Amino acid sequence: MRTSYKNVTGLGAAHKGVGHFIKQRVTALALLVLIPLFLFQFLSSFTSGYNGVMAWLGSPFGAAVTFLVISAMVVHMRLGVQTAIEDYFGGTVRTIALLLNGLFALALWLIAVYALIKINFGG
Amino acid sequence: MSTGWSDPRPLSPFTSVWRWHVTMVTSILHRASGVALYGGVFVLVAWLAAAAEGPKAYMKLMSIMASWPGRALLFGFTLALSFHLLNGVRYLLWDKGIGYDKETADRTAWVVIVLAAILTLAIWVTAYWSLDLLKVGG
Repeated sequence: MRTSYKNVTGLGAAHKGVGHFIKQRVTALALLVLIPLFLFQFLSSFTSGYNGVMAWLGSPFGAAVTFLVISAMVVHMRLGVQTAIEDYFGGTVRTIALLLNGLFALALWLIAVYALIKINFGG
Repeated sequence: MSTGWSDPRPLSPFTSVWRWHVTMVTSILHRASGVALYGGVFVLVAWLAAAAEGPKAYMKLMSIMASWPGRALLFGFTLALSFHLLNGVRYLLWDKGIGYDKETADRTAWVVIVLAAILTLAIWVTAYWSLDLLKVGG
């Protein structure tokens, strides 16, 4: 018994289930590289206090690593928590929880982007 | 555990049904650590926002994180991150069909638990002194 080609390419009723699976794994692989890189740089700059942190976040490489790690984290955590919500809740509770999950992730990402822009271009 | 289900079909079996085994523990810990890291990303973004706000806001957040509840929270995030990252590798290998047999899965579950503890301690032993540096306003 094989899954018919129609069902594979049809992507199900929501048309995006496969995307969830792939995105979760692509961000996982990205984070596997980005988190050690970020943590190492973070801890290095951290010990030189506020000015050290600002110099690192204000450098192109520091800003890029921070932007990438937070972006990948936000996508990964939204998908992961979405799966947990779908496992434990149904009906209206699920709808509201999924909505809040998406909004929370988006808000965190926007705040992070705003902070990085301010640090790098804010004068 | 269900809220608002209109359909009484059985859910996946929970802890009361299964005998505890180590792959089940890592599975539960993977989800728990993932949900905990939701809070971890929040703290990370708060740290970034505080840095962008200015030295005063930054030092205020740092003094909160350098307090004992703050340290406990950071330690918890380190543990959750270490475990989630290492166990995530295990799951990615499973996706490739590697280590999916019962014996290997059991063995790697223990390896991941032990390595997560070692990694967490290693990070804290090397970085712990930097927390005190913050308290005096470094």
